[in-house]
Amino acid sequence: MNSVHPTLVGRDCRARRARPIGRFLLLLILFASICTANGNPVIIGSKKFTESYVLGEIAKRTLTDAGIPAEHRQGMGGTIILWQALRSGQIDVYPEYTGTIAQQILKSDRLLSLDQIRDSLAKFGVAMTEPLGFNNTYALVMRRSEAQPLGVRTISDLRKHPELKIGLTHEFLDRQDGWQPLRERYALPQRNVIGIEHALGYSALANGSINVKDAYSTDAKIEQNDLVVLEDDLQFFPKYEAVLLFRLSMPTNAIAALRRLEGTLDEKRMVRLNAEAERTKNYTRAANLYFERGAGSGNTAGESFPQKLARWTLRHLQLAGFSLMLSVICGIPLGIVASRGGAIGQAILGFASIVQTIPSLALLALLVPLPFFGISIRTAIAALFLYGLLPIVRNTASGLQDIPRSLRESAIALGLSPTTRLWEIYLPMASRSILSGIKTSAVINIGTATLAALIGAGGLGEPILSGLDLNDHVTILQGAIPAALLALLVQWIFDLVDRVVIPKGLRL
Amino acid sequence: MSALIGLADISKRYGDAAALHPTNLSIERGKTTVLIGPSGCGKSTLLRLIIGLIEPDFGSIEFDGAMVTADNIAALRRRIGYVIQEGGLFPHLSARANVVLMARHVGKSQEEMHRRLSELCELTRFSDKLLPRYPVELSGGQRQRVSLMRALMLSPQLLLLDEPLGALDPLVRAALQKDLKEIFARLQQTVMFVTHDLAEAVYFGDEIVLMNEGRIVQRGSVTDLREKPAEPFVLEFINAQRALDFT
Repeated sequence: MNSVHPTLVGRDCRARRARPIGRFLLLLILFASICTANGNPVIIGSKKFTESYVLGEIAKRTLTDAGIPAEHRQGMGGTIILWQALRSGQIDVYPEYTGTIAQQILKSDRLLSLDQIRDSLAKFGVAMTEPLGFNNTYALVMRRSEAQPLGVRTISDLRKHPELKIGLTHEFLDRQDGWQPLRERYALPQRNVIGIEHALGYSALANGSINVKDAYSTDAKIEQNDLVVLEDDLQFFPKYEAVLLFRLSMPTNAIAALRRLEGTLDEKRMVRLNAEAERTKNYTRAANLYFERGAGSGNTAGESFPQKLARWTLRHLQLAGFSLMLSVICGIPLGIVASRGGAIGQAILGFASIVQTIPSLALLALLVPLPFFGISIRTAIAALFLYGLLPIVRNTASGLQDIPRSLRESAIALGLSPTTRLWEIYLPMASRSILSGIKTSAVINIGTATLAALIGAGGLGEPILSGLDLNDHVTILQGAIPAALLALLVQWIFDLVDRVVIPKGLRL
Repeated sequence: MSALIGLADISKRYGDAAALHPTNLSIERGKTTVLIGPSGCGKSTLLRLIIGLIEPDFGSIEFDGAMVTADNIAALRRRIGYVIQEGGLFPHLSARANVVLMARHVGKSQEEMHRRLSELCELTRFSDKLLPRYPVELSGGQRQRVSLMRALMLSPQLLLLDEPLGALDPLVRAALQKDLKEIFARLQQTVMFVTHDLAEAVYFGDEIVLMNEGRIVQRGSVTDLREKPAEPFVLEFINAQRALDFT
């Protein structure tokens, strides 16, 4: 790979989180429900980075121009999530790269020809277009001002400078075609290697915290930050030619329309589209450049900021509110059972605690392949529901256990039935603790709901994630500030609820 | 007249420790029986066995001519009033709600409850203006009066008092002792009263039951105890209390 063109894109720095359990997911997918797209609009998926968004928009425009209704679900996640969505029929098409298909999807440890890839995919009911025309491969980059004095021009040259600090995306660190084999091939001596988020890595490179990082050959930042791509003199990196993956069951006219895109996008052109997308944050408009016509009219393009904010916030509240409701409905009875102790009580508290320790991304990725869930708001709600359980279960249990024995016995000695004791004595007495558990869950849910955007469930996480991808602080804040305000608001509302729900005698 | 309560060979162990050795005891109607003894002697255990907060390992309890069983204990509890040291009032309910809680559940009419509540306020010298207050807004003595009203609300045949005055300061305690004694006399109430204070036992008790280490040591009047002690422990206990009172 030599002299890769400096170009654009922030690629899927997120797929890596789903990656370590990829094998497990693929197993689970066998059991997942398969629902086929039925005539209605062709559903296009895209990964969470600019270039994928733009390619998705181009595919959509191509189909609609051919009179085929199409819908684009932007930024659904990383490779594994998109591949599963394609296989299970939740989407019909998505842009992918040949190297990723061979390594990540087909798990091949050798280079595959296009025909070999095509044959393997056919077993899954999936087909691939010819390359769209550009190769977006991995590369190592350095600041020009640093590389030139050190005389580093190729990856082999790094051998002479073991002191250089290397910052890599987590996906690259993990990939089968990533850091480990690269280091072996080149016998690189560097020990100082850290994992860093893609967009943040560019900042780290700019301020000298790291000296070398991984990039994509069509990455806009390479030009913008005056970086040099180190020549892959041992031809380590496989080709990453952009293609469209689609379901064989897709209507033939749709397939025919998409095939017209083959070989029409060279690197120069893709760079220009990516740059336009990053500049305007409007993927529809960038895609329209491909068709070299006027401004487009995408479904989200004409939305003003207040409209977008209202849409995000409403969805955010739906996610957090609905999941909280489920947590309350299940958490309080579980807490009551747990308060009685014993093996069952321990099991309940143990389960809720373990759920809490699963990283939210891993939990999302675990739920995605299950039937009924998939890439949907249901998955996000289910994950938030599970996270919301622990504070409610634990506070209900401890609130009940904290009731003095003398008062429990007074209630028994008085002759009250067990049901009456629970409803009229124990639960009201534990109400403060239970409510504070619900409040904790609500605030956690508001925060965690931002991650729902990772699986395309929307909410205020949407601007946060695109902001991260674009390294654009204003966009991040557009989501982060409303989310923080929402958490404060929820806190305040619950303080009011306290006054209504907690009996007066406990508040004096 | 037959005894209201009869305990036959009743015993209770907690692990290796015997809380109550096999014990027989009958309680006469209309009298105040005081259970006295040092901490851990089994006097509270006896009360808790009667109200069914704990189950005996062996032996049986008879209440008003019927054997107490797991099936009828819930109904029997409504015929027994129980007051504990801290009052056991529910903090989220007002004084009034605490008192009428059980009456409401057995379906007494508002009218009936109101009438009974006035009677009890008068009886226990509790101002009805304080009824809307919550337990935290009442003094210790007031709380015990509310607790007593709650115990008496359904006119129980038996009143169990487990150190009801133990947490009160001496002046309040003296006033409440006097009021309690009047109340018991007026109602001709059958009472079992647990205390560790001999003066209080003498003041209330038609009969004193002295316990030690899970056993009834002696039963009788204070004179019996003093003049015909069943074992050295009786004198030891009486003298220890005296020494405390006059030094």
